[in-house]
Amino acid sequence: MELSGAEIVVQALKDEGVKHVFGYPGGAVLHIYDAIFQQEDVQHILVRHEQGATHAADGYARATGKPGVALVTSGPGATNAVTGIATAFMDSIPMVVITGQVPKPFIGSDAFQEVDTVGITRPCVKHNFLVESLDTLAETIKKAFYIATTGRPGPVVVDIPKDITDPNIKIDYQYPEKISMRSYNPVVKGHLGQIKRAIDLIMKAERPVVYTGGGVVQADAEKELTQLVQMLNLPITNTLMGLGAYPASDKQFLGMLGMHGTYEANMAMHETDVLIAIGARFDDRVTGHIEKFCPNAKIIHIDIDPASISKNVRVDIPIVGNVKLVLKDFLRVLNEKADKSLDISGWWQQIDKWRSIDCLKYDTQSEIIKPQFAVETLHKVTNGDAYITSDVGQHQMFAAQFYPFDKSRRWINSGGLGTMGFGLPAAMGVKMAFPDAEVACVTGEASIQMCIQELATCKQYDLPVKVILLNNGYMGMVRQWQEFFYDGRYSNSYVDALPDFVKLTESFGHVGMKVEKPGDLEGAMKEAFSMKDRVVFMDVIVDPTENVYPMIQAGKGHHEMQLSPDSEMI
Amino acid sequence: MRHIISILMENEAGALSRVAGLFSARAYNIESLTVAPTEDDSLSRMTLVTRGSDEIIEQITKQLNKLIDVVKVLDLSDNGPIIEREYMLIKVKAEGNLREETKRLADIFRANIIDVTDCSYVIEMAGNADKLNAFIDSVGNEHIVEVVRSGALGMARGAKGIL
Ligand SMILES: Cc1ncc(C[n+]2csc(CCOP(=O)(O)OP(=O)(O)O)c2C)c(N)n1
Ligand SMILES: [Mg+2]
Repeated sequence: MELSGAEIVVQALKDEGVKHVFGYPGGAVLHIYDAIFQQEDVQHILVRHEQGATHAADGYARATGKPGVALVTSGPGATNAVTGIATAFMDSIPMVVITGQVPKPFIGSDAFQEVDTVGITRPCVKHNFLVESLDTLAETIKKAFYIATTGRPGPVVVDIPKDITDPNIKIDYQYPEKISMRSYNPVVKGHLGQIKRAIDLIMKAERPVVYTGGGVVQADAEKELTQLVQMLNLPITNTLMGLGAYPASDKQFLGMLGMHGTYEANMAMHETDVLIAIGARFDDRVTGHIEKFCPNAKIIHIDIDPASISKNVRVDIPIVGNVKLVLKDFLRVLNEKADKSLDISGWWQQIDKWRSIDCLKYDTQSEIIKPQFAVETLHKVTNGDAYITSDVGQHQMFAAQFYPFDKSRRWINSGGLGTMGFGLPAAMGVKMAFPDAEVACVTGEASIQMCIQELATCKQYDLPVKVILLNNGYMGMVRQWQEFFYDGRYSNSYVDALPDFVKLTESFGHVGMKVEKPGDLEGAMKEAFSMKDRVVFMDVIVDPTENVYPMIQAGKGHHEMQLSPDSEMI
Repeated sequence: MRHIISILMENEAGALSRVAGLFSARAYNIESLTVAPTEDDSLSRMTLVTRGSDEIIEQITKQLNKLIDVVKVLDLSDNGPIIEREYMLIKVKAEGNLREETKRLADIFRANIIDVTDCSYVIEMAGNADKLNAFIDSVGNEHIVEVVRSGALGMARGAKGIL
């Protein structure tokens, strides 16, 4: 069939199975927008800022596992999208971002709304393309999806000069069924010999710990992981990105590890003799001071990305491959073994002792709403079954600590880049994918203001997400660091001149609620969630002085957590 | 340690900036970098000289391999004996006594004088970095007008090719 470049873009998205595109028009993409107008298979969701488009596409991808798609214009459209692209890149989220570019003959002339999009995005994409001619357009889009979704996933930018989408120039269109690239062949199967060596090491372990990250979520390997962990009765901890891949309510789960991880998870990391790292990348927020990391452990590391292996921490048994396939092989080899028992009852006793400290306890008698209580109430009201997105700060950590996720892909947050403004548009993306699911964004009064314009998008497209604002009046996480490390000099962390969030929400056509007393919270939240078809914005006034504990401060190891304001380091 | 790394890449616009960008973004050191198409004009080959600990070199090769356009990375320094060559053009002052002396020096180093004026020579020379450095030292900075060097090229000895 003969199609113009603009029609090819839309048709290729259809052929790729894309149902939703989050975007914002402008000069360089007008031909594409005209092609979108003339069809119904691909729905375009008009956001209110290009950052919102990329975060929404990202949230969509995190919740579904399918690539998210965003479409923006050249110049400021592309630069506005960069934060969202970098966010997806840091968390390895499959996404295809189509950017308009000035017509080819104008490239390099400082034309109106020209930026070097390929240059600007190069360090924060898995790959990017400048489409050089109409005949390579369909193939390039195919490659973009292929690269974004295979191997270690990531965002891919396709920059399309306007003349290539000219409606008057048509060529024969065929969407390639398969693509192969001599320069790109991601490894999928793990090395069986290494897998056997790893199993031998695990079977001899006295104090094993499984530590898993976002890679397990990305690979949809939660079943295999759960089977393996339960077969061998192993203790397991998740990173911030890995929450939900193992059911948090299970007794073998030690909670999150790292800077704000639980006492039992971090102590187990410190004492372990065999660490089994799966789809995790030894991020500095997870490892604590690297010299003090797992001092007694042999380390097994399963990861799809060879470059992740031995990057920050030397490992003893690397296994490169798709986590799901590698874990399947683990299970197969283990199932062939007659004796699968691992006697680690002493280790469990030790762990239970650490657990009994109850490191997440907080003041439940408080007259002011504690943020922890607000998240626990949210968990109760949503039966622990909502999709929770978040922004960045204390509220994010409280959500991670106090909303135990039993399912994968339910916890959606910007872990790697730590992007304030992520939560609301990401929630929109999730709601677009799963209209019947409960979707709530746990946010702070500073973060929410970074993408609050998306409340209008929620209105236009009937995306009834719930916003749970833990309003402490401060950039709480910044304030906490200033309290600890700058003698309480709260430089620019007080969020003054806050809007009246209830009125603001109402002006967007939504329901606003303000809650100030602990006793009112559950009732109000139930009411909010009973309004199935409305966006409800809950302004929950929480204790402005609350801090996130436990905390591993800079330079400290996993065993040197601070547990409460008055506790010494342990 | 100093490593010479060969990179075979798709000959696409921007390939060079992907490599250069990787090195600056990750604060790796580049001593020299050369690039040109090969006998297959869809491929370009780079020779990159860098320094770093074993851990850093391992990361460099892994990160290079991770670039989507990279077809093959070979750390030549880790793979047996290699040939290293660099090409240099050097313009030197050549007046009076210096004319004979410089010519003799060029002969000793098996360099060629390829341009002559009444007060200068341009000399071409190939060899490994040490040899070129030695020639520059022998001429002496005060007699050098300008120097341009290609950066190192490298290839493994023996019958095997990079692919
Ligand atoms: C875009 C961006 N700018 C700055 C920061 C640094 N930062 C991290 S947390 C934080 C404060 C967030 O405040 P708020 O949203 O109110 O959350 P709270 O910590 O109070 O729960 C800031 C400014 C960031 N993560 N992202
Ligand atoms: Mg706040």
